[in-house]
Amino acid sequence: MNEFDDVVNDFLVESHEGLDRLDRDLVQLEKEPNSRDTLSSIFRTIHTIKGTCGFLGFSRLEKVAHAGENLLSKLRDGEFALDPAITTALLQAVDAIRSMLTAVEAAGNDGDKDYADVIALLAKLQHNALRAAGAAPAHSTVPLPALPAREPAPATAVAQAEPQWDPVQRAAAAASATPVASAGPADDVHRAVAGGAVTDSTIRVDVVLLDSLMNLVGELVLARNQILQHTTTQDDSVFLATCQRLNLITTELQEGVMKTRMQPIGNVWGKFPRVVRDLAHACGKRVRIEMEGEETELDKTIIEAIKDPLTHIVRNAIDHGIELPDRRTAAGKPAEGVLRLHAFHEGGQVNIEIADDGAGLSVERLKAKAIERGLVTAEQAAKLSERDVVQMVFLPGFSTAAAVTNISGRGVGMDVVRTNIERIGGTVELSSVHGHGTTLRIKIPLTLAIIPALVVSSGGARYAIPQVSLLELVRLEGEQAKKRIEYIRGVPVYRLRGTLLPLVLLNRQLKVPGAGEPDVVNIVILQADGRQFGLVVDEINDTEEIVVKPLGKHLKGIAAYAGSTIMGDGRVALILDILGIARMARVVGERCERALSKQAETEERAEEKRHTLLLVQVGSRGCTAIPLTDVARLEELPRDSIEWTAGRQVVQYRGEIMPLLWLSDEVGCERLGSDAEETLQVVVHSDGKHQVGIVVDRILDIVEEKLDIQGAGSVVGYKGRAVVQGRVTDLIDVAAIVARHGALVGQS
Amino acid sequence: MNTRQQYCTFQLADLFLGVEVERVQEVLRYQEMTRVPLAPRMVEGLINLRGQIVTAIDLRRRLELPAREAGRDPMNVVVRTPEGAVSLLVDEIGDVVDVEDEWLEAAPPTLADDGQKLIRGVVKLDNRLMLILDAERAIAAPGAEAPGL
Repeated sequence: MNEFDDVVNDFLVESHEGLDRLDRDLVQLEKEPNSRDTLSSIFRTIHTIKGTCGFLGFSRLEKVAHAGENLLSKLRDGEFALDPAITTALLQAVDAIRSMLTAVEAAGNDGDKDYADVIALLAKLQHNALRAAGAAPAHSTVPLPALPAREPAPATAVAQAEPQWDPVQRAAAAASATPVASAGPADDVHRAVAGGAVTDSTIRVDVVLLDSLMNLVGELVLARNQILQHTTTQDDSVFLATCQRLNLITTELQEGVMKTRMQPIGNVWGKFPRVVRDLAHACGKRVRIEMEGEETELDKTIIEAIKDPLTHIVRNAIDHGIELPDRRTAAGKPAEGVLRLHAFHEGGQVNIEIADDGAGLSVERLKAKAIERGLVTAEQAAKLSERDVVQMVFLPGFSTAAAVTNISGRGVGMDVVRTNIERIGGTVELSSVHGHGTTLRIKIPLTLAIIPALVVSSGGARYAIPQVSLLELVRLEGEQAKKRIEYIRGVPVYRLRGTLLPLVLLNRQLKVPGAGEPDVVNIVILQADGRQFGLVVDEINDTEEIVVKPLGKHLKGIAAYAGSTIMGDGRVALILDILGIARMARVVGERCERALSKQAETEERAEEKRHTLLLVQVGSRGCTAIPLTDVARLEELPRDSIEWTAGRQVVQYRGEIMPLLWLSDEVGCERLGSDAEETLQVVVHSDGKHQVGIVVDRILDIVEEKLDIQGAGSVVGYKGRAVVQGRVTDLIDVAAIVARHGALVGQS
Repeated sequence: MNTRQQYCTFQLADLFLGVEVERVQEVLRYQEMTRVPLAPRMVEGLINLRGQIVTAIDLRRRLELPAREAGRDPMNVVVRTPEGAVSLLVDEIGDVVDVEDEWLEAAPPTLADDGQKLIRGVVKLDNRLMLILDAERAIAAPGAEAPGL
């Protein structure tokens, strides 16, 4: 690549960023026509593009940019105000510039289309607007020619243009370009010319380089895991200390490199104001877009993967969700609809909510459609709750365009949206109130490269199950193993707290012989596509952070695997694709009615406000319960892994230093002889950032109960008490207990 | 003007085969392997090549030769492909041989169908014949062999 190509490449990268900003700014300007900051930012961007393409000899591109700049300079000088026609014309100019840039990228020149129509339109608007403005100031009676002579000496074009700016604007430009007041005026000018957000503290890095760094870190994590496994047989203290250090550094490095690949979700959202504006205009609707949490960061690969589903959802919301202005007014709502995007981190995942205040889904029409399409019978439909019906838009049968536009609701390709999001380990939920709008909630992991997984064995080989799909584990021994598994025409099922759970035998799906203990059944309860099922495996081993590696082309087509990874002992293990296995076993996908009736069941139970509780024993007192929502994991840790720091007991856990709290101390009772035992039963609680280990005497069971909580709030650390399984049980308020220790547990 | 080409040679059942030396990343003795249930027949398993996961293809099965005798561990000829490295499992690794162009002949048309497709030519060495394996074709999944299920 020669030097000129380098310059052109930089120009392309910068200009594309500039254009994305222009889309946003122009839509913003339409809302606040008097915002000088926005106007200056737009002017600056166009000006930079014009200057650079003049320098590089892209004359057609320069002409379009120049025409746009002329119009903008009048706007900026306050000679006339922005109206929708001008905005549309400016957006057209942006599109023209964008397609010419694409031509530059592909062919090395700015194409053969001169966009005379766009230029003429821009010039005409400038005339008209000036005339409309009446007493035109003297200097503008001679409108600037639309196609002026090229600016002189290209190298100085940018610099020369600068003095045209009056100091006030320059200051405004500098202020908007650099949020932190800094440097001297010369620096500000430089920044303004460079097109805004570029600051000296950032550099551009090739994504390929970041990808290869990420791969290397993945290797390092694997090598670290191998070494750590090896250390268990060593007693050289220097070696052990070095390994410990290696462990910590690797974890920090992993986090650091992962951060370099993080991008704010605003990068995807940035184009939505434009999409919303154009689509709303096309549909004759008025829509305002509100965004919150644009700075929420996600791995670049995930950003790429959610781009299309999100755009789809946004388009759907405008096309089908938000009503026409007069219908909104008739319904007593403001004529302008609101589309609200909200992103935030929660529990190691990113949540994205997309809510509109449109018509919502009509349950009756959805039902009618479902019956018509043969997805449910009329009797079944009558029994379905509102929430079940809403979930039907995710069924593949609902995805054909005709079916959906007829029923006014969402759903064009919603099954595709769901599949795409589940492919990256995410989930989608939809809720809708008829007449008041629809909300979609998406949960996605932060990164795909390194994920927590449960390791299981079947047929003598190990497999990793991504933890996002995992709900709980059930182990049946002896008599139970025989009695609790029942068969419906040869299909095994298990009653999980009263609900029939289909069982899938991993050995049978993979066509390998079983090798587990004969009278033990291990069930991994998983969720895929909104459906729960139990995967029977030979053995359940442990949880581990694994590095996901793609499979070679010979194995890519196998639905059962999502990838492969290297375990601590250096051997390769396959990562199971839970959705794929569920489909292979026909747990999901084919029989919609079954899925629906099952959903109906779940919903009914949800309506009774059931809670899932972890029952633990603390001291000699009776039962104590911790809501399962406060539990991240259950662990058995060796007593000798406890270390002391600043008078507190901590353990090293998953690359972090995790403080330990004794629940018995917290609730003020005797420890029940557990001091003598060699292992600690630890309930790991996570607030998303920090983990706290809560030591209990014994973990008893997990139960699901309808709770009638009494005495709430009377004692700190308790949520109250309730009857659980016929016994009065104290409910622990984990958040309150952790908060009591505040700074000590790392919430500083 | 004679052009020379180097071949990495190996033994597979009673065949003496060669692959262009530039295509070969490395040769390794037996590596522990993870089997992949449901995989196409020619895939023997996955190996960990210094942190890289490599698919191992059983060349005997690919060439429809009788299975390797029990207790005899195969060796790996790791070849580069555009999609990453792939390992070919062979019986024994041989030397690298220099071959002059003129020693090369097309495979006899009497070779069985499958052999014809995968053998690019025959080299007349002093004391034996070396078959040149078309590594690309050997690695490509045969059309009929649909993956798993």
